[in-house]
Amino acid sequence: MIELLLSIWNLVPEALQTLLIIILKIVVIAVPIMLSVAYITLAERKVIGFIQVRIGPNRVGPRGLLQPIADGLKLMMKEVIIPTNANRFLFVIAPLLALAPALACWAVIPFADGWVLADIDAGLLYVLALSSLGVYGLIIAGWASNSKYAFLGSIRSAAQMVSYEIAMGFALVGVLMAAGSMNLSAIVESQSGSFLHWFWLPLFPLFLVYFIAGLAETNRAPFDVAEGESEIVAGFHVEYSGMAFALFFLAEYANMILISILTAIMFMGGWLSPFQGIPLLEDLFAFVPGIVWILAKTSFLLFLFLWFRATFPRYRYDQVMRLGWKVFIPITIVWILVIGVGVMAELGPWFD
Amino acid sequence: MSKVQYYLKSFLLWELLLGLKLTGKYFFKTKITVQYPEEKTPQSNRFRGLHALRRYPNGEERCIACKLCEAVCPALAITIDAEPRDDGSRRTTRYDIDLFKCIYCGFCEEACPVDAIVETRVFEYTFESRDESVMTKEKLLAHGDVHEKQIAADRAQDAKFR
Repeated sequence: MIELLLSIWNLVPEALQTLLIIILKIVVIAVPIMLSVAYITLAERKVIGFIQVRIGPNRVGPRGLLQPIADGLKLMMKEVIIPTNANRFLFVIAPLLALAPALACWAVIPFADGWVLADIDAGLLYVLALSSLGVYGLIIAGWASNSKYAFLGSIRSAAQMVSYEIAMGFALVGVLMAAGSMNLSAIVESQSGSFLHWFWLPLFPLFLVYFIAGLAETNRAPFDVAEGESEIVAGFHVEYSGMAFALFFLAEYANMILISILTAIMFMGGWLSPFQGIPLLEDLFAFVPGIVWILAKTSFLLFLFLWFRATFPRYRYDQVMRLGWKVFIPITIVWILVIGVGVMAELGPWFD
Repeated sequence: MSKVQYYLKSFLLWELLLGLKLTGKYFFKTKITVQYPEEKTPQSNRFRGLHALRRYPNGEERCIACKLCEAVCPALAITIDAEPRDDGSRRTTRYDIDLFKCIYCGFCEEACPVDAIVETRVFEYTFESRDESVMTKEKLLAHGDVHEKQIAADRAQDAKFR
């Protein structure tokens, strides 16, 4: 049986073979992402429920584990309503524009040593470019809906993106200087050592700025002014229903996971074990594969996303702008100087 | 000095960390959710749910058609028609409570001189059409017959406060 399959495989032309293998790799990455997106919606409701002394959804399936499936089915059954005066083409394409960059970014994410779809040297640049592309989905959605609330939402998200993209970019510049490479695998490698060698310590302000700007970038509470349920109904996606609405949700949560895993890679040592180089603990945890560490770090950061949402009220709009322009950008610029001095002086375990 | 302190505090996100600490504590608290169909909250013996008409132990209906409940009803939900019965006693021929109008204030029960109309602990009832919303005399009496034991126990418990 296996021989037969192998002989068929050998008959396939080589170009097609590589194509098929790439498609297979994409499926292997994209399907778990979609599943985790589905289950983060459940985790979010559970975590927020727990923090509000409730127990959250527990009716569909054992302990509510089938809730995301039920939600997805419900949304799929629903009609996609296109408003009369909407721009049909843009209205339909906007959710795709929001989702596609969020998924495309995963091409350069290293899950463990060598486990990466496209090991390109400009990985960081690619991530920066694609993650800022995602906002076009929201802006186009708001504009194409021809609704004042949607339009207000997209204006807000555009302004917010512009202000936080800069701080985020500067935070990445800091990582770039510290690691001396744009390749995400190389960035992780340069953090090897114990958890004290990771970049969160020398780049602590940038770590905070990156994560908070990531919150803003994904339009998550407390920076969800683009959605602002209590102010502008649902912001850019008021007019969306059914599967088109679900795509925005998928994009938001895929972006959340992306920001978390990027933070884990750039500031928390990616797939590296936190006990590397510590005598006893290193051997004790040597059997844990790298992917477990990176997933654990990502899950922790995702939990922070949910925790923040359950804790903080939404920022007022002018405060969002003040935080972006007057706090984050100065901090990042100052800290880039500090890193520059550190790198020149070849300071201590990080920059030598 | 206080200004420096203020800037330092806001810069270090101190208040935000305090907030996170609080919500983090609540994350591990025992959950207070009552899982309704399986679990129910305890009810008072003064619970005011679906109405019922009571009978004396010998099976005679208590209601004497004095219409005090009709008069006191703030929502005008009660409609009573009365006629002398064959044995000459004054009885209702019609006793309707429109449950869409009723606000479950319990005034009818308080007004009743013979403890005939009462509100029971039953709160899980539904209608499938609009005309089912009217509790007729037959339905009220039947409901009272079913729950008489509970009704009597609740009134006995409350008697010393009346």
